[in-house]
Amino acid sequence: MSSTDDIDALIEMMAKLPGLGPRSARRAVLHLIRKRALLLTPLADVMQTVAATARECLNCGNVGTTDVCDICTSNKRQNGELCVVEDVADLWAMERSGMFKGRYHVLGGTLSALDAVGPEELRIPRLIDRIEAEDVREVILALNATIDGQTTAHYIADQLEGRVTMTTLAQGVPVGGELDYLDDGTITAALRARKPV
Amino acid sequence: MLAARKHGETSVIIEVFTEDRGRHAGVVRGGTSRKIAPILQPGAQLDVAWRARLEDHIGSFTVEPVRSRAAQAMGDRLSLAGLNAVTALLCFCLPEREVHAPLYRRTEALLDLMGQNEIWPLAYLRWELALLEEMGYGLDLSACAVTGATEGLVYVSPKSGRAVSAEGAGEWVDRMLPLPDVLRGRGDAPDTQIAQGLQTTGYFLATHLAADQGNRALPVARARFVEAFSRRL
Repeated sequence: MSSTDDIDALIEMMAKLPGLGPRSARRAVLHLIRKRALLLTPLADVMQTVAATARECLNCGNVGTTDVCDICTSNKRQNGELCVVEDVADLWAMERSGMFKGRYHVLGGTLSALDAVGPEELRIPRLIDRIEAEDVREVILALNATIDGQTTAHYIADQLEGRVTMTTLAQGVPVGGELDYLDDGTITAALRARKPV
Repeated sequence: MLAARKHGETSVIIEVFTEDRGRHAGVVRGGTSRKIAPILQPGAQLDVAWRARLEDHIGSFTVEPVRSRAAQAMGDRLSLAGLNAVTALLCFCLPEREVHAPLYRRTEALLDLMGQNEIWPLAYLRWELALLEEMGYGLDLSACAVTGATEGLVYVSPKSGRAVSAEGAGEWVDRMLPLPDVLRGRGDAPDTQIAQGLQTTGYFLATHLAADQGNRALPVARARFVEAFSRRL
């Protein structure tokens, strides 16, 4: 056994992280070893804790350290609005904006015939249960503006038709966007969704 | 563009339907980037150049957008369901790298009609007939398989795919599939007839074409399109 086997194993694991390859993983590991007290030991402690406690919220699919996440247990969030997102990363993006004060439902993906992802593989049955149980008045479908995302949105809309008000996010010119750099699909969507000034 | 799936962290493998090379797959490097990902939506018209060291390799594509159809489709439930049905059926039944130029041209024309909901379902039905024909399961609706009559044809034989008249159906009438005028290119093509036509083409897609593909189930996207269309009946 080589004296650097453990370090090589760490580099190998780090290289599997998104955005890191073998070279950048090696640099990161070297940096951690040099700052052992400041970074490596605390990082190892935190990772051990998170590995033991991280779990999916049983209610909405958000990631947290309790069975039911803070958003689901907060009384301030009980306003009858439910925002459906594809992934936890989308939930975090919505939370960063600070605009939405309701609750979330994470589907865990989108319908995809090619990848054999059907409604049963997503958290759609649980969503339908929540509509009834939580007295939801409006469902906001905040799914990606892709063919798969919108196919999923239409499927959910069909399933919930007549039970609750359903809305979807607007599509068009992003804040700070220049028309010259937009693709024709976005310009088409923006023109369709134009509003009086 | 028929489909895309992630390949590693930054690339995607796309499947395209081309006039000269049929259904063809290849890697698009950087395909998950903010610049390229919006282009790689099913239904998009692309200019692609494929390169590989050997013909057997999956190779890589360089991609230039010609026109996007995603915005058109996403704004309308029926169009989106139709686009999904077309791309899913092509992925399902076309062998890789086998040329189907007539079907390519029909598919391009069909997708260009997207958004015109008054005529699109009829165009889609005709496209399914063309798909069956191209795959070797074409329906012969010119004359009755039993009597040879060319008028009064109201059924399609589920076995042979040939037209049958009411007289020719005889005691087998319960087993026959409907043959609405719209399937023979006649009449005003009301939605009820288009729905009947889809029932007939769906039967042949499921029991003949799909059965010969190793008994795989038809893509669920087709059933969703038929369901979306039947809502407006």
